Amino acid sequence: MSEGLIILGATSKIAQEVGRVAARHGRELLLVARSVERAEAVAGDLRARGASKVTVIAADLADISTHFSLWEQIEADMPDAAEVLLAYGSLSDQARADNDIDYTLSELNTNFTSAASLLMHAAEQLEARKKGVLAVITSVAGDRARRSNYVYGTAKGALTLFAQGLRARLFASGVRVLTIKPGPVDTPMIAHMKKGLLTATPQAVAAAIYRDMENGSADVIYVPGYWWLIMAIIKAIPEKVAKKLKF
Amino acid sequence: MNSGNHEDPAQDTSYRSWGNYPRASHKKILRPSWMDEITGATLRENAPLLAYGLGRSYGDSCLNDGGTLLDCRGLDRILEFDVEQGRIVCEAGVSLGEILLVAVPRGWFLPVTPGTKIVTLAGAIANDVHGKNHHVEGTIGCHVERFELVRSTGEAVICSRTENAELFAATIGGMGLTGIIPWAELRLKKIESSLIEMDTVAFNTFEDFTRLSSDEEGARYEYTVGWVDCLSGRKTRGIFMRGNHATTGGLHTHPEKIKLNVPFNLPGFTLNPLTIRAFNTLYYAMGKAKGGHSQVPYDPFFYPLDKVNNWNRIYGEGGFTQYQCVVPETEVAAFQEILERIAHGGQGSFLGVIKKFGNVPSPGMMSFPRPGLTLALDFPFRGEKTLRLFSELDEVVAAAKGALYPAKDPRMSPRMFRLSYPRLEEFRKYVDPALSSSFWRRVAEVAR
Repeated sequence: MSEGLIILGATSKIAQEVGRVAARHGRELLLVARSVERAEAVAGDLRARGASKVTVIAADLADISTHFSLWEQIEADMPDAAEVLLAYGSLSDQARADNDIDYTLSELNTNFTSAASLLMHAAEQLEARKKGVLAVITSVAGDRARRSNYVYGTAKGALTLFAQGLRARLFASGVRVLTIKPGPVDTPMIAHMKKGLLTATPQAVAAAIYRDMENGSADVIYVPGYWWLIMAIIKAIPEKVAKKLKF
Repeated sequence: MNSGNHEDPAQDTSYRSWGNYPRASHKKILRPSWMDEITGATLRENAPLLAYGLGRSYGDSCLNDGGTLLDCRGLDRILEFDVEQGRIVCEAGVSLGEILLVAVPRGWFLPVTPGTKIVTLAGAIANDVHGKNHHVEGTIGCHVERFELVRSTGEAVICSRTENAELFAATIGGMGLTGIIPWAELRLKKIESSLIEMDTVAFNTFEDFTRLSSDEEGARYEYTVGWVDCLSGRKTRGIFMRGNHATTGGLHTHPEKIKLNVPFNLPGFTLNPLTIRAFNTLYYAMGKAKGGHSQVPYDPFFYPLDKVNNWNRIYGEGGFTQYQCVVPETEVAAFQEILERIAHGGQGSFLGVIKKFGNVPSPGMMSFPRPGLTLALDFPFRGEKTLRLFSELDEVVAAAKGALYPAKDPRMSPRMFRLSYPRLEEFRKYVDPALSSSFWRRVAEVAR
C-alpha cells in the first residue's frame, strides 16, 4: 500500500517506530502531535529514512473542542488516507488518581473520551472511501482492571470496547478496525520501572503492528503475541480472588 | 524528563565502559527522549553530570562515578538529510551505523570512521575520532559543520568555525566536558559504490611497514592501516591493509542484525599468552593467504569486530584495556622500543593496530591525532602487572614527546595527560562547572 498513513500521537515512542517502518516503505505520512518542535524532529527523521512526504499538524488531541476543525485540516491535508493509527495515551499515576477526581476524569478523557471522538472522525473519513485500516493502540491493561492501574486500565478497556463496536459498524463498508494490545514496552513511559523479561522493545512492537496493519486480517492482536495467554490467565482469576490481589 | 529518570538509592552500576575497567556507580541516570529536555537547569541540578552514548570508550572517560549520567541514546533522530549536498543533521545519540543506513543507499559515506560504527555522533565528536583515512581527511572534527551546545548557564549556542569558534575547538575532542551537544551537522563523503577495493600485504620488518605507509604510497590509498603481531618482537611482522572506495558494485547497506553475540563475560583464563599467540599467528597466516586484491563490502573492511556483539566480554570479568599512543614520525626508535617492551612484557595482546597519522591539523584543542605513528593495543587487565608495563611504555612515549588517548585510557597519570595535551590550561577555561567525568577528576582536577 503506498497511500497515506495518519498517525495520531506521532511522538509516542511506539508511533515513532511504526513511522520508521512506514518510512522505509516510502509511505506518505501525516503526523499529529501536541508539540510542534518534537513532531518536526520526528518528521525530519522519517523523511531521512525514506518517507515520500511527511506533514505535521500540531494539536492537543485530548482537547475535544478542537476535533472538528482539526479533522477538517487532516482531511484537507490527506484526503485519500488509507490508514489511521491512534497511538497517543497517558500512563496514569494510580496513586494520584485514587484521591484526585479531577485528575482521574482528565486521564479518562485523554485515554478514552477524546480517543473515541477522534475515532469517529476517522471512521467517517474511511467509511466514505469504503476501504482502509483504522488501528487503535489500547493495552493489555484494558483486559482487566487491577488495583495498581485501574484508571488507565478502565480507559483502555473502554477504548477496546469502542473499537469493537466500530469494527462491527465499519465491516460493511470494507474498513478494518484493528485493536492493538501491547504489553509493557521499554519506552520513556516506563523508564523508571524495573524492566522485566516481558518488556518488549518499541522496535519489535512497531514491526509487529505495521506488519499486521499492512498484511494481516486480525481484529485484535496482542504484541508480543504471548500476552494473549498471560491475559487469558489473568482474566480467568475469579473476582473473589482478584479483589484481594495487589497487582 | 521526570518520566524518563531512573533514581535508585542503591546506585546504578549498569553503565560501563567498553573495557569493563574501571567500574563506576552512578547516583542518577537521566534518559532524555527529546532535545528540549536538556536545559541549563538539567545540568545544574544534576551536577556533576556527563553525557553517555554507546559506551565504546575503553576506560573511564565515559563514566562519572558518584555523579549523574545523561544517557543520550533516546536522542536518535536524523533531523535533516540534504541528499544533494551530503549534509546530515542528527541528534546526539544517532550512531554512525544509523547514519550509514540512510546515507549509503543515496551515495554518501561517513567522511571519517573509527573501527566501530556502534558509537554515537556526539561521542565521536567529543573524542574527535580518527580512522584509516586520517592521512587524507584528518579527524571527524574536520567534517563537523556545526553543533548546538547547552551549558549550565542556560545558554544554548551554535558552534562552528565562524560562530563561537573557541567553544567549537574546545568541544571537539573535549571529552564531553564543555557542554551537552543536542545535535550536530556532519558533511558526508560522496561514494559511487558501497564496496571497498582492498589490498592486503604482509610485512616482516618495520622498514617494510614504513615503506607501505610512506606519503607516496599513502597518496594512492584513501584507507591504510597495519596490524602487528606484538609477540614477534623486533621482527614486527604484520598485515598491511589498504583500500579505496570502489566505483562499481551498487550501494548496499550493512546487515542491521548482529548474528553473533557473547552473552556473558567469559572466564578470565580464556585469554592467556598462548591463546593470544595462536590468534596472532593465525591472523597473520590468514592475511598472508588472502594477500592481494579483493573487493569487499564496507562493513567487514571497517568494522570486522562489529560482527560479534559484546566481543569485549571475551576478556572476562577482569576487563581489558587498550594502550594507544602516538609518537612523532622521527621517533621510530621509540616506536620500536614500545613494540619490543610489549613483546617482552609477556602480557600478550590481541590486535596491535598501527597507523601513520597525516598532517591534516585536528580542529580540537584536545584532539589526540597529530602527525606521527600511532599504535593501539588491547590488553586483558591484570592489575599491577598491566599497570607496570604501561608505566614503562609511558616513559618511552613521554621521552619521544608523544601522547596518550583519553578515549582508551583507564590509568594515565596527570603528568602524562599534561605532557600529551599542551593546550590543557587553555581548555580548562571552557569546561562547564556542572560537567565532569571519572577520567577528568583523575587526570586533570588534581593536576592544577
